[in-house]
Amino acid sequence: MSSPNLQNNEGSAGGPGHSSAAGAAAPTAGPDDSAAAREAAQHPDTSPLSIHDMTVAYQRRPVLWGVDFDAPQSGLVAIIGPNGAGKTTLIRAALDLVPRTAGEVRFFGQPYASQRHRVAYVPQRTSVDWDFPVSALDVVAMGLYRQIGWFRPVRRKHREQAADALSQVGMADFRHRQISQLSGGQQQRVFLARALAQNAELYLMDEPFAGVDAATERAIVEVLRTLRSRGRTVLAVHHDLQTVSEYFDHVVLLNMRLVAAGPTEEAFTAENLRRTYGGRLALLDRVGHAMGLGGE
Amino acid sequence: MQELHWARGDTQVVVTAALAGMACALPGNWLVLRRQSMMGDALSHTSLLGVVGAFLLAYAARSAGWVGEAAFDGVLVLSMYAGAIAVGVLTAVLTEWIRSLGRVESSAALGVVYTSLFALGLLLVRLMANDTHLDLNCVLFGRLETIPLESIGQTLPRVAWIAGISLVINLVLVVLLFKELRLSAFDPALATTVGISARVMHYGLMTITAGTIIAVFESVGSILVIAMLITPAATASLLTRRLGVMIVLSLLLAVVAAFAGHFAALTLPSLVMRAIGGPEVESAGTAGMIAVAGGGLFLAAVLLAPGEGVLPRLWDRLQLRIRIETEDLLGWLYRREEAGRGIPLSASVSESWPDPAASPFERLLSRAGERRAISAGLVQRTGKELQLTDAGRKTAEELVRSHRLWESYMAAHFPLPEDHLHETAARVEHYLGPDLRDELSQELSLPDEDPHGRPIPGEGRIENRE
Repeated sequence: MSSPNLQNNEGSAGGPGHSSAAGAAAPTAGPDDSAAAREAAQHPDTSPLSIHDMTVAYQRRPVLWGVDFDAPQSGLVAIIGPNGAGKTTLIRAALDLVPRTAGEVRFFGQPYASQRHRVAYVPQRTSVDWDFPVSALDVVAMGLYRQIGWFRPVRRKHREQAADALSQVGMADFRHRQISQLSGGQQQRVFLARALAQNAELYLMDEPFAGVDAATERAIVEVLRTLRSRGRTVLAVHHDLQTVSEYFDHVVLLNMRLVAAGPTEEAFTAENLRRTYGGRLALLDRVGHAMGLGGE
Repeated sequence: MQELHWARGDTQVVVTAALAGMACALPGNWLVLRRQSMMGDALSHTSLLGVVGAFLLAYAARSAGWVGEAAFDGVLVLSMYAGAIAVGVLTAVLTEWIRSLGRVESSAALGVVYTSLFALGLLLVRLMANDTHLDLNCVLFGRLETIPLESIGQTLPRVAWIAGISLVINLVLVVLLFKELRLSAFDPALATTVGISARVMHYGLMTITAGTIIAVFESVGSILVIAMLITPAATASLLTRRLGVMIVLSLLLAVVAAFAGHFAALTLPSLVMRAIGGPEVESAGTAGMIAVAGGGLFLAAVLLAPGEGVLPRLWDRLQLRIRIETEDLLGWLYRREEAGRGIPLSASVSESWPDPAASPFERLLSRAGERRAISAGLVQRTGKELQLTDAGRKTAEELVRSHRLWESYMAAHFPLPEDHLHETAARVEHYLGPDLRDELSQELSLPDEDPHGRPIPGEGRIENRE
């Protein structure tokens, strides 16, 4: 990991500069071969996550338009934007959890299916049933299921690995606790521990700070910084604009299209925030609505 | 009471029902955990269409000469399974499709799909009723009762074998795929990202459920199947917070329900009829009684489940109220002592304890609290007088300290008039332990007096009254 800075610079120079124009320019681009050549030039095939011209629609109505983005080689990236901006959709579509209407996604230069082991996903805490009869340790061990393989049981060494991940988030004492008896912050930490157990290189986290107490927030930040120091990349949907600069070194501003992306000190500007949060683009919304209805 | 005749046939019925119940309970656990219990209901109905459709196709194939007479029975059975499974998966796919069209939530979509497919099945039964011997009564209610007649000379009836094989298959699958089932039920998104496709697991579970339904519904009928799929698992989920335990419990409950159901079918009807003076009857349908027994076990679990059952919770609340009564008595006696220090008390305790204005139930609770205080050595009774013992005074001091600290805390932080403080404090005082008291005291920089100017006693501090 001697070249993260170099990679970061590439990412910020190539990715965001290209991306702000992408929504309009990419769909009308020239023949396939030149598009491929351009992709090769602008999406370094070592980037943990390269999203190229991705459009996602629900029932034909686009919720994300032509997103172009390259994640830095290592670092903490905040994905910010108003409600309905498509932050969660960005992550889920990249992971093939919702179908993409158009565009291509590469993980470490390869299709996702071949890179699953290098990517960990932390869904929103509220997306699962916390009354489910499992303990905190059981949940963390789920992060090891891919490594364990089909049909094989969770063994003692896996439980030890899981316990280790739990202690990294300060939850060692709670490992046998049924998950419904944990506070919201503790549940979030269990989710984080599960991602740690996956021992991935790229972490995609959906609102890891949502509804957590101050102690949990500190614990999570601590873990994120450790991950960064090990050269990992974390993309996290984030809501608290106050803490973006403090916690994250990169930022992605999203509102149905990519508004800006880059190092926090460059991209996290008043102008970009105004463009991100200053309401939706009325025309984009209307065109999307027309497409959802099947044409105007 | 009529003599109970337990014949070998009864054992066969119970064993068959128990095996069928356990086979169903296994996929049922996952349906309950995924909150897809309705799916069990749906699949048991739509399997009718699968079976009837398979019948039609098999007979058509025979008359077209594609299937020889010799192989026909085997083909018929296989196509029945294939048909039920195909329609089961179709049910799930159609439901998902209707839901994805938007504006229809998934249980409504399921409701539309399965009733339509079931109706289609009924229609086909009607159309072909004359050509084949498909007994609708048997499809709906099974024929557990006729097992002894059909299996004379056999140790285990054929239907028991089928249910048993189904149980073994399901057991093997649950053991082998335990962690995959668990992850895809708990967190389908994560399951998919680590390569355990939630969609594949969903349709796999539907396949197993439909296959199990077909394996057992010849003996227990398509209505009892619903009860067997869901009730044991739902009951077990009330009794434990551990998945493995839940599955084992559900298997036990299925066996208990089978036995209790058949026993009740033999004995209850004549008891009931005798009680209401009705005509003498032999027995009631075992299938129905097993469902009732399952429901009874569920009800028992709702009432008695440790920690979360209705009765344990009531008991806990009652204990809490008695404790509060005990503590209120201590606090009250303490305040009497405090007010009457040096002055002889005019009225005896018994005139105002228990509170004459309270309801009879509350007075009963007060008495219970008093008895507990006396037996714990906190209070002693001499004649009509109640008095704090030294130990009681110490406990009371802590309570009064809690009360007055809380009043001080509220006065410091809530913009409330003085007369609003007491009531909340009277509730809070029962829940403050030494740690919280210390923290409160620290935060208020060790106050000596409450907002009403009364001393805050206890915990090493000397009362500074006088």
